[in-house]
Amino acid sequence: MRMRLSDLKAGETAIIEEVALPESERQLLVRFGFFDGAEVRCSRRTPMGDPVVYSLDGSEVALRTETACRIFASQVDRKACEQTG
Amino acid sequence: MSQLLQTVPSLVARSQQRIRTVALIGPPNSGKTTLFNRLTKLRQKVGNYPGITVEQHTGVMALPDQEVTIVDLPGVYSLNPHSEDERVAVSVLSGNMHGVPRPEAVLLVLDATNLTRHLSLAAPVIALGLPTLALLNMGDLLARRSGSIDAVKLAGDLGIPVAIVSATMGTGLDAVGRFLQHANSPSPTTLPIVQDVRECRKWAARVASESDYRPPLPPAWTRRFDDIFLHKVWGPLVFMIVVGAVFQTVFGLGQPLSNALQNLLTEMGQKTAPFIANGFLRSLLLDGIWKGVASVLVFLPQILVLFLFIGLLEDSGYLARAALISDRTMSFVGLNGKAFIPLLSAYACAVPAIMASRTIENKRDRLATILIAPFMTCSARLPIYTLLIAAFIPERSVVGIFLGSRALAMLLLYVLGFAAAIGTAKILKSSILKSTPAPFVLELPEYRWPTFRTVGLRLIDRGRVFVQQAGTVILVVSLLVWALTNLPLHDGHPPELENSVVAHVGHFIEPAIRPLGFNWKIGVGLLTSVVAREVIVGTLGTLYGRDPQTQSVSLQAALQHDLTFSGAMALLMFFAFAMQCTSTLAVVRRETNSWKWPIIQFIYMTGIAFLAAYLVNQTMALLH
Repeated sequence: MRMRLSDLKAGETAIIEEVALPESERQLLVRFGFFDGAEVRCSRRTPMGDPVVYSLDGSEVALRTETACRIFASQVDRKACEQTG
Repeated sequence: MSQLLQTVPSLVARSQQRIRTVALIGPPNSGKTTLFNRLTKLRQKVGNYPGITVEQHTGVMALPDQEVTIVDLPGVYSLNPHSEDERVAVSVLSGNMHGVPRPEAVLLVLDATNLTRHLSLAAPVIALGLPTLALLNMGDLLARRSGSIDAVKLAGDLGIPVAIVSATMGTGLDAVGRFLQHANSPSPTTLPIVQDVRECRKWAARVASESDYRPPLPPAWTRRFDDIFLHKVWGPLVFMIVVGAVFQTVFGLGQPLSNALQNLLTEMGQKTAPFIANGFLRSLLLDGIWKGVASVLVFLPQILVLFLFIGLLEDSGYLARAALISDRTMSFVGLNGKAFIPLLSAYACAVPAIMASRTIENKRDRLATILIAPFMTCSARLPIYTLLIAAFIPERSVVGIFLGSRALAMLLLYVLGFAAAIGTAKILKSSILKSTPAPFVLELPEYRWPTFRTVGLRLIDRGRVFVQQAGTVILVVSLLVWALTNLPLHDGHPPELENSVVAHVGHFIEPAIRPLGFNWKIGVGLLTSVVAREVIVGTLGTLYGRDPQTQSVSLQAALQHDLTFSGAMALLMFFAFAMQCTSTLAVVRRETNSWKWPIIQFIYMTGIAFLAAYLVNQTMALLH
């Protein structure tokens, strides 16, 4: 199911499909691990609800919602994962 | 003959391999600075690369039989020249940086707990073809959190030697010495197209998995701390307590230290006085040079205490969380959370605050932060605030025992400065410094214990910059003011105050400042305090001290006698807004690399100060 990264709830995981941002901003995000195919977990929201902390490659990176809503991802179905092991 | 030809090149090759300069490169948060401090100890030099604002750190590492210069490059994620930091790294590595010899070898620092991501930088660095040693830093953390890496396999894949080290613990670093003595060029290996960041990233993931990289478990303690520090309720609460504690310490501990230093410096001046012949030389050395320089040096303790705090917060990892918590608030004025650190520092002094703005990548955001920082109530405003409030505002209880009228007045002045700062930010960010919102990406490092070494070295570093920067400018202007109060000479004697050049200057500008409620002496104080705000107190002391009418009373009493209530309030307004600090102007010039911004800033701030002081004086005079 295609969704915006910003719609991911805390504790949920998704695989990035598309980073719909200008090239320069995309390059910046790639350095932190945000690129198509990468697995991202929504770690927590900050007290005001924005920015949101994402967990990827074992590190934690915060993005504002205005950026995260331009990143499209497909949510990893946790139940399916658990069934397959 | 042919034999000779075959042996000579190998001899030449060996002697060429003797390494004199080595570059230290790594992504931000890779522990590069800690490693640099480990390798070079105190033998470091900080400067700026010519023409740009990126700091150049070089140090000397002693090997058994030679010394090697280490150039610490700025933290970068790639070698694509997007940011200024990356451009610096590329030009140093390619030998195109003026004044920096081309490095003969590279030390590549990567965070072992973040290897998949950090390995992307390895591709472009290895592609340079220089002898390179990869240092997988934080090896102790990797092991402690049950991660692992096969360093031999990784070295095979990369074609360069690899060492697992810990800069914090100092383990594994003998590999650096061995490498520098027997450095070889990288063995041929397949690398991705290094300009393509995504390709590098995919290559890194493949190399990491081929080297049996097992990423560490998520840092349990960091998660637990963040459960509190980023909690809906506790997070902002802890944030406010931390900010409050910084303030309290800067004033509670820094102020007495400053006072003690002030006493010490004054005493040193008095003790030396008898040894200098009474007359011109003594006046020049003590009243001219010593007093001027001392007036700046007294702020050193407060600045060091502030930087100690910022260093502890930064190295422990909390500062990134503070930036995150303040991001939402900062976004209202068009800035992001990264501007929080400079603005907090500006409460002590705008000079280090402006230097701290370097962490902001977006140029326009950085410029906006530099331009608003001097509005924050810095410690140099405190002497004149305290003097005027004590002289003109009677102490009355406002909120029971909690808040008196004098404390309230002080608080209002702080609020005023803050309001001016955010108002200006709003104006700048919605007009000339409007920028396409660059994505705010902030990495949250793991919490760590700050090390004495790193924090201490930074204090030495910042203290040195402050003393150099402020000391030189202050020295020159102090001499100028001293000269003007002692000119023109009559038969080799300095004139009466009323006849000195200073008085002429004061009377000349008096018509311009009379509508603000100021007399010529205040006017002279305003002029001299362009050097530094606190100078006005010393200047007024000298002027009233030389005036026969007020000679015998305290400065407070002299001001009560000489200034109306509305004039005093207007003077407070003036100091809340005016750009009275040449050190700040000098730093702004250095950081923005042009005179344009400091000039605009000076005109803007002083303009507001004039207007505010005029309005306050006129309306208050009407009310009375």
